Amino acid sequence: MDRRDFLKIVGISTATGAASLCGCKSKNESGVAGGELGPIPTDKMTYRSFPTLGDDKVSILGYGCMRWPTIPNPEGRGEIIDQDAVNELVDYAIEHGVNYFDTSPVYVQGWSEKSTGIALKRHPRESYYVATKLSNFSNPTFENSLAMYRHSFEELQVDYIDYYLLHSVGNGNTLRQRYIDNGMMDFLMEERKAGRIRRLGFSFHGSKGGFDEMLSYHDQYHWDFVQIQMNYVDWNGSDAKYLYETLAEKKIPVVIMEPLLGGRLSKLPDHVVGRLKQRKPESSAASWAFRFAGSPDMILTVLSGMTYMEHLQDNLRTYSPLVPLSEEERVFLYETGELIKQYPTIPCNDCKYCMPCPYGLDIPAILVHYNKCVNEGNIPKSQQDENYREARRAFLVGYDRSVPKLRQANHCIGCNKCSHHCPQRINIPRELRRIDEYVEKLKQETL
Amino acid sequence: MLRKTRIILAAIFYIAITALFLDFTGTLHAWLGWMAKIQFLPALLALNTGVVVLLVLLTLLFGRVYCSVICPLGVMQDIFAWFGKKVKKNRYSYSPEKKWLRYIVLALFIVSLLVGTGILAHLIAPYSAYGRIANNLLAPIYQWGNNGLAYLAERAESYAFYETEVWIRSTTTFAIAIASIIIIGILAWRGGRTWCNTICPVGTVLGFVSRFSWLKPVIDTTKCNGCGLCARNCKAACINSKEHSIDYSRCVACMDCIESCKKGAISYDHRPRKASSNEESSSVDTSRRTFLTTTAVVAATTAIKAQEKKVDGGLAVIEDKIAPERQTHLVPPGSLSARNFAQHCTACQLCVSACPNGVLSPSTKLDRLMQPEMSYDRGYCRPECTKCSDVCPTGAIRPITREQKSSTQVGHAVFIMKNCVSITDGVNCGNCARHCPTGAIQMVNSEEGNRRSPRIPAINIERCIGCGACENLCPARPFSAIYVEGHERHKEI
Repeated sequence: MDRRDFLKIVGISTATGAASLCGCKSKNESGVAGGELGPIPTDKMTYRSFPTLGDDKVSILGYGCMRWPTIPNPEGRGEIIDQDAVNELVDYAIEHGVNYFDTSPVYVQGWSEKSTGIALKRHPRESYYVATKLSNFSNPTFENSLAMYRHSFEELQVDYIDYYLLHSVGNGNTLRQRYIDNGMMDFLMEERKAGRIRRLGFSFHGSKGGFDEMLSYHDQYHWDFVQIQMNYVDWNGSDAKYLYETLAEKKIPVVIMEPLLGGRLSKLPDHVVGRLKQRKPESSAASWAFRFAGSPDMILTVLSGMTYMEHLQDNLRTYSPLVPLSEEERVFLYETGELIKQYPTIPCNDCKYCMPCPYGLDIPAILVHYNKCVNEGNIPKSQQDENYREARRAFLVGYDRSVPKLRQANHCIGCNKCSHHCPQRINIPRELRRIDEYVEKLKQETL
Repeated sequence: MLRKTRIILAAIFYIAITALFLDFTGTLHAWLGWMAKIQFLPALLALNTGVVVLLVLLTLLFGRVYCSVICPLGVMQDIFAWFGKKVKKNRYSYSPEKKWLRYIVLALFIVSLLVGTGILAHLIAPYSAYGRIANNLLAPIYQWGNNGLAYLAERAESYAFYETEVWIRSTTTFAIAIASIIIIGILAWRGGRTWCNTICPVGTVLGFVSRFSWLKPVIDTTKCNGCGLCARNCKAACINSKEHSIDYSRCVACMDCIESCKKGAISYDHRPRKASSNEESSSVDTSRRTFLTTTAVVAATTAIKAQEKKVDGGLAVIEDKIAPERQTHLVPPGSLSARNFAQHCTACQLCVSACPNGVLSPSTKLDRLMQPEMSYDRGYCRPECTKCSDVCPTGAIRPITREQKSSTQVGHAVFIMKNCVSITDGVNCGNCARHCPTGAIQMVNSEEGNRRSPRIPAINIERCIGCGACENLCPARPFSAIYVEGHERHKEI
């Protein structure tokens, strides 16, 4: 059972509980909507403001628009965004105090900006901040970049953009190639001056060296904010600590992306969930990750790509208001992170930047299935394992369910067109080959 | 009592054999596989003398109970006939034996088997005909049911059921299956066992034997009042009530006449019975249900179109593979040779039902129509699987172990350079070499001495077993850049 199902069940049981108690006096108060925690408050959201950002008051929960719900396309092939559901989610979020929406021209196969724009248009312009990006990965010419920039205004139906980001920089020469050499950087500075861009920043994927280089331009470009990835699992081992501390030192507000690692910090091995629940029985596993990401002072907002109402509600509860982590809780989380790291999951956040694979593979689905099996203990190491039979069946049957046969790992030819799109820098062909070999061992029972 | 026993036994056999065709997991076969192996023609073709002798002895003892109990096509006809009788009671009547038709068909059948092109044999052999119907018409319905359960299981995070792909393996065979069920169904509906007593070669052969069977229905002329009720309920049309005689070559020992006789004049005995002392036998009034709505028989008209799973918008479209024209067709490991396979296979489709990899499908070529052959456009002959050899009742595919299979060469891979993605797309691939279970493929530079030239597969035919992993997993579409040619005779490598 994942977080969503759990919440659904909790929601249903509490709702029926509330209904049955209607009219008679509640004795133990456990039947109210929202369980012991009560209804989700609409006026308790934590907001952050910084002198460098003027009057901006940004909700600590930011809406990531990368994972909008989709439905099968009524005209046949593929999927389309479920606009009704998007409207509902956006309305609910704004009603409960969320005011930051982060999208990009490439999200949800290029439909995210338009869909987000439609939903936001139904609210007063000053009631929200919208963030989008210059995602000129495939064609970084000035003309193309400019067209992409202008197109964002059309799609979002706005005449100014609150937060504008250079999308995914820091790896190699990305800044120079995509923004400086083509003249876009100068153009964007002008736009900021003209007020069509209110704040200019960048989202960062790369190494410490790349980060230092980006910040060395601070005097020249004056980054209003920087978006980085941060979570309690990677805090000590990766660069996140360095990135955050450097930014804090320079007084640059920080936006956090992937606080849950694409859901990997809510879909946890059972005993880790048990550990977190033991500490705070009413709080979800995800809430820990959100509190971790939101606690530091220099955090402007924490983005979450909430596909389901239940995710949104859970996060709203966590942040209305945010109870900062105590030092003791922080240590507890680092220890938890160490436990999680012992599980050999592949660090895929299901962002789908690697897609479409020219040979038709469904890369994220394969990796997500593998991770699911890792977390559920369905990766037997040998036939002598106690649960070998069940685990083998769960892995193989689940594999065929999650990934159509023609899109499975054995069709990877190793062309490596995917890897350099991966923000997590996963060596995708190598992982797919490893999974394929494992599947063969399971199928042939030669483990 | 006798009739009830017959019906219960028939139901058990019929359900079990049908289940054998429907079960795609391969678990039932271990328990029920013998039911296919005791079918007359498969046993005969497998030179399974023990079974043949046993069946002949059975017939000598009890008459053609084989036709009433063991033969699934016979039982299927009884089901149709049952509906027919619901519509119109007492619908049958005696008709003389059509000897010339029976013998000519039998002769043609034998010639057809001997010559080796068994189309006629496969068309009329009862077990083959039923297998065709079960595999083409019943299996898809069963699989859809399973897929429904799999859908529910998936929602419940259970791995008890898994989805299986429903597809038509050969439209020709599918059409023949529909024609078979319509023709045999109508004949059974109107005239009971007309098929068994005119066309069916097994019926004719067993008819020779059953003339001399020890136990058979006999008419006690002293009790018989000549009402003819027995004849009008005899689905084999073999009771001449006027002359009090029964044609035992056509009687399938169904015992219907015994129960239908109100005077108790017919008994299952080894000789004509003399006058009985007890005149007042308990005449059982057969339960008569006067009216029943005729329910629809198996709905075979549903448009069956192999449906691919839907694709997400973010996924590249995958073109279907097209099977190449093979000079020599491929038959599964264990068949020894194409000839051995052709001679023994009754085209019953049991292996086609059992193949979990979508490799086997009935041929559309006239000289081996409906006999299965291998193709690798949907899957390949996986190293751990020996299901077809496990289920084959006729010895067309002999039992084979995994180890034997992995060293049995059924064909060899052929490279088509102009299709290879390393040439057409300029990418590194090597997927064929990576998945070859015998290591028969290595990747070499296409230009000698030029280490930057595209790398192409070099096939060591001596190590190749023809499993088709390379052909199936080749990224080139619709035609693979590497495909398998069949071998006339298989060999150990």
